[in-house]
Amino acid sequence: MWSFFHKLGSPPWLYGISGSILRWLLPASIVALLAGLAWVLLVVPPDFRQGNSYRIMYIHVPTAVVSMAGYYVMAIAGAIHLIWKMKMADVAMKCAAPIGAALTFLALVTGAIWGKPTWGTWWVWDARITSVLVLLFLYLGVIALYEAFDNKEAASRACAVLSLVGMVNIPIIYKSVDWWYSLHQPASIKFTSESTMDASMLYPLLYMIIVFYALYTCLLLLNMRAELLDRERSKGWVRALLKGSR
Amino acid sequence: MSAPTAFAFCRRLLRRQWVLAVRRPVEVANPLLFFFMAIALFPLGLGPEPDRLASLAPGILWIIALLSNLLTSDSLFRSDFDDGSLDQLLLSPQPLYLSVLAYVLAQWLLTGALLALISPLFAVMLNLPGEAIGTLVLSLLLGTGVLSLLGGIGAALTVGLQRGGVLITLLILPLYLPVLIFGTAAVEASTSGLPAGPYLALLGGMLSLAIALAPFAMAAGLRISADAG
Repeated sequence: MWSFFHKLGSPPWLYGISGSILRWLLPASIVALLAGLAWVLLVVPPDFRQGNSYRIMYIHVPTAVVSMAGYYVMAIAGAIHLIWKMKMADVAMKCAAPIGAALTFLALVTGAIWGKPTWGTWWVWDARITSVLVLLFLYLGVIALYEAFDNKEAASRACAVLSLVGMVNIPIIYKSVDWWYSLHQPASIKFTSESTMDASMLYPLLYMIIVFYALYTCLLLLNMRAELLDRERSKGWVRALLKGSR
Repeated sequence: MSAPTAFAFCRRLLRRQWVLAVRRPVEVANPLLFFFMAIALFPLGLGPEPDRLASLAPGILWIIALLSNLLTSDSLFRSDFDDGSLDQLLLSPQPLYLSVLAYVLAQWLLTGALLALISPLFAVMLNLPGEAIGTLVLSLLLGTGVLSLLGGIGAALTVGLQRGGVLITLLILPLYLPVLIFGTAAVEASTSGLPAGPYLALLGGMLSLAIALAPFAMAAGLRISADAG
């Protein structure tokens, strides 16, 4: 048990194990993504009211789900770094921020593209949309704070504190915007809750969410490997690795 | 000389911050002047129709209160960081939790609390209905407390940086949003004759949560900034 934790703190070990995970996870998730896209574009029946435009849901919902989960990955990694001073957790936190920001941005963009034909508008100040926008701001704040420090050790600790503070805020934002909206007018646009979906549409959605989690893991590991090589570039194992690949 | 007890130390710290601020009255007045001038922009930009201003007044007053709080939060620890007295505070045996709370309290008394007490004047200028003014003052008193505590976290994290000014706004504005939502909701509820109590209670709950947790984040942020400097 403890030796596992000690190994987790070792950059060469993490580099090696992530390489052997990626060797099958990356091709597998790309194939799964292509298969999923074929499923939702060709097989799944069109919606009887929205026609084909609703198919963007199969990108929109997974990116939104994973972008929220990604914030928790970042904040928990930051907490682990703050408490146990585990260097690899710091690498994970730093690498999770841009991926999470990109996914949040994708969720907003796909939502806008879906909103135009369905609601007739690109943007509504709806509870859900606003809270995702705030999530994007939180990610961007963490990235901006990291880049502002010259001392990278201090930068990662400061970002860990900030992302933890933000984590407390996420449920508050979610609830408060609900309240704020309900005061003005009752929701005229309802998100289709999952239970009202037909199984022929629900299963592909669940499948795509799993695929996006796998893709997220791949991206995070790839990003972490690049960061590890960069940080440890003067160490013996990186030199040996580069010599071996040449 | 023996070390003072934690609370006596905080009282001295509070008095020191207070005296430092009161000796430079212009700096105390600046956020209020900003509030006043920004209020004047809205009738010019949106048109002076009284009804329209009255319906927008809760949001306008709250947004400007939030921005003027944002302007002052950057300076919370900066001068003490620059002259080294913050390092002394970090090295002292006093609990940092209470010390940073004293910093924030002193700052809040001279910005948020003062602004809340003066806000009825501006509310009248924007034609906010009379029955909402009490709610406005109460919601600003509670809400600016939360804002000051959250701003303190941003200030503690960025105090060691040369260009902290713009960065702090990026860090803490998203955290300010729940306060803005409930603050305006409270005032709007009482303009439309609904009870504002639930919103004020939620603001009070946020304030309690912020008092309990924000000093930990501030203390951690100050230690990180001092290490990096």
